[in-house]
Amino acid sequence: MAGLTLQDLRKSFGGTEILKGVDLDLPDGEMLVIVGASGCGKSTLLRLVAGLETPTAGRILIDGRDVTGVDPSARDIAMVFQNYALYPHMSVFDNMAYGLKIRGLSRADIRAKVDEASALLGLDALLARKPRQLSGGQRQRVAMGRAIVRDPKLFLFDEPLSNLDAKLRVQMRGEIRRLQRRLGVTSLYVTHDQVEAMTLGDRLLVMHDGVPVQFATPMDVFERPADTYVAGFIGSPAMNLLPGILERDGSAVTVGGVTIPLAGRRFTGAGGHPVTVGIRPEHVVVDPAGAEWPVELVEPLGSETLVHAARPGGATLTVKLAGGGTDVGGMVPVLFPPEHLHVFDRNTGRRMEPANAA
Amino acid sequence: MERRTLFPGRALPALLILPQLVLTAVFFLWPAAQAIWLSTRREDAFGTSTAFVGLENFADLFADPLYVAAAGRTALFCTAVTALAMGAALLLAVFADAEIRGRAFYRTMLIWPYAVAPAMAAVLWVLMFQPQIGLVGAWLNRVGIRWDYRLDGTEAMALVIGAAAWKQVSYNFIFFLAGLQAVPKTIIEAARIDGARGFHRFRTIVLPLLMPTVYFLLVVDVVYAAFDTFATVYALTQGGPGQSTQTLVLKVYLDGIVNADVGSSSAQSVVLMAGVILLSSLQFRFLGRKSAT
Repeated sequence: MAGLTLQDLRKSFGGTEILKGVDLDLPDGEMLVIVGASGCGKSTLLRLVAGLETPTAGRILIDGRDVTGVDPSARDIAMVFQNYALYPHMSVFDNMAYGLKIRGLSRADIRAKVDEASALLGLDALLARKPRQLSGGQRQRVAMGRAIVRDPKLFLFDEPLSNLDAKLRVQMRGEIRRLQRRLGVTSLYVTHDQVEAMTLGDRLLVMHDGVPVQFATPMDVFERPADTYVAGFIGSPAMNLLPGILERDGSAVTVGGVTIPLAGRRFTGAGGHPVTVGIRPEHVVVDPAGAEWPVELVEPLGSETLVHAARPGGATLTVKLAGGGTDVGGMVPVLFPPEHLHVFDRNTGRRMEPANAA
Repeated sequence: MERRTLFPGRALPALLILPQLVLTAVFFLWPAAQAIWLSTRREDAFGTSTAFVGLENFADLFADPLYVAAAGRTALFCTAVTALAMGAALLLAVFADAEIRGRAFYRTMLIWPYAVAPAMAAVLWVLMFQPQIGLVGAWLNRVGIRWDYRLDGTEAMALVIGAAAWKQVSYNFIFFLAGLQAVPKTIIEAARIDGARGFHRFRTIVLPLLMPTVYFLLVVDVVYAAFDTFATVYALTQGGPGQSTQTLVLKVYLDGIVNADVGSSSAQSVVLMAGVILLSSLQFRFLGRKSAT
């Protein structure tokens, strides 16, 4: 059964359409990460599912039940906010117990549920404290605990890690993932951080300008980005995107003045069709036989080195080399292995699939 | 964040605070000292000479049933004015905080009474409640409810409480509205998702977060009702009928200026002064404690 279904969900503020029709079917128990740049509508989408905003059009189904017009309190959801939104005047225990009290659970049941959640999150020793006496990571855990005790049908996470420092973020990321797996609750997680997106999600929904551009597993998004936006957004450093021309019968591309046969792939499209060729920095091979690019900047990162090159025409290229301190001269000769090339239609930006795909 | 400006030398800083010091000395320290001095003296019947009597004026005061009655009346007046002004302001602020059409207009209108001079406020209330010509007063009598605050002490008390509270609603409203807007939106949203609705959400989440504002206004309103309502009450009832609306501040004025008992009146104002100092120090201690945490 679907944990969450969205049908042509739209939202406008004033005359501006923020969400331009989102359709989605998320299997029960999966974690969906909604990722995109600021202003792409991802937070609005989450708030619509939470019921904090009313959609302009479309339907929302949680666990098969239509909740489109239902008050947040009756949707059986729990949400973790970016700033945690803990009740400052209540102890950690009361923060977690608040929703349960409203639901009329007995004292003993509340005690048991809060104890269970706090044991899970390592909060046992902090139950009597007020939020202001907690560190950022502890507050984050309390916010998680408040969501867990409710035993909801759906978890919503609104950039919950962005207020933490880098080290804690990595740690909490792992904890969230483990918890979600263990509890098996369908979850929606909004972030602008593509590393969080890749590591947390069973599935990704990449949003761009209020439109969902790709809905797939993280590896699928990484290996087969649906368009140039996704290609540039997922992966760090970003995929190189270079203007190219489809050659002959579509079995080769010319990019950077070099014609590369596509090793058995053939695209439908006349010779001369303008395309955008993508290649990830880690897939570029430095080889004396390759085309030369003038080096602009070398960034040694320790375990790897980034080489930024640019040609007078404005085309830029990033190459990721293993190892540190790699000696790179004024020119870097590079080869683009054909099996790692992504081909996008330059007019639409959409990914092109070979006509003879296996 | 603290901003400090340091001036060189001593002459310029002294010059800059001089006006404030002069005003404080002329309008506060000197009259206060005079009141303390006069409270220990008694005039003869013709006002030609005064004699030192120690604390006798104070002893007479606390033994005087009229003074004790006025103190009780003042306590009732303060309680009623504070409760009414705060209750009404909180209710209005909650409504004004909601997303409604014409919110800016509504808020501006609610702040207006604060700008009305106390005597003008009294005139407005007379125009409403005067038994013959007042809109509400005349209507009450017309429909058969006997109403004349000039004859009935209870009605007079209700009227001055209403007018004094009305004057203070605006002030409280501004603070309550600011307090409500300072409650983070996400906390309210978290409570909504936790299942809290309407009044329960207000009582368990919003009100506790608003308590610092409530305490602050409590002190401000009590001080206002006790010491700052002279003009409103005097313009409405002159303390009458009888002594039924004579609060402590009115009694200071009536005893000292009208009845020319300067010694007793001064003793009364010294007692009031002690009251103000006590309330202010309470307020400072409370606010100091708040900002320390």
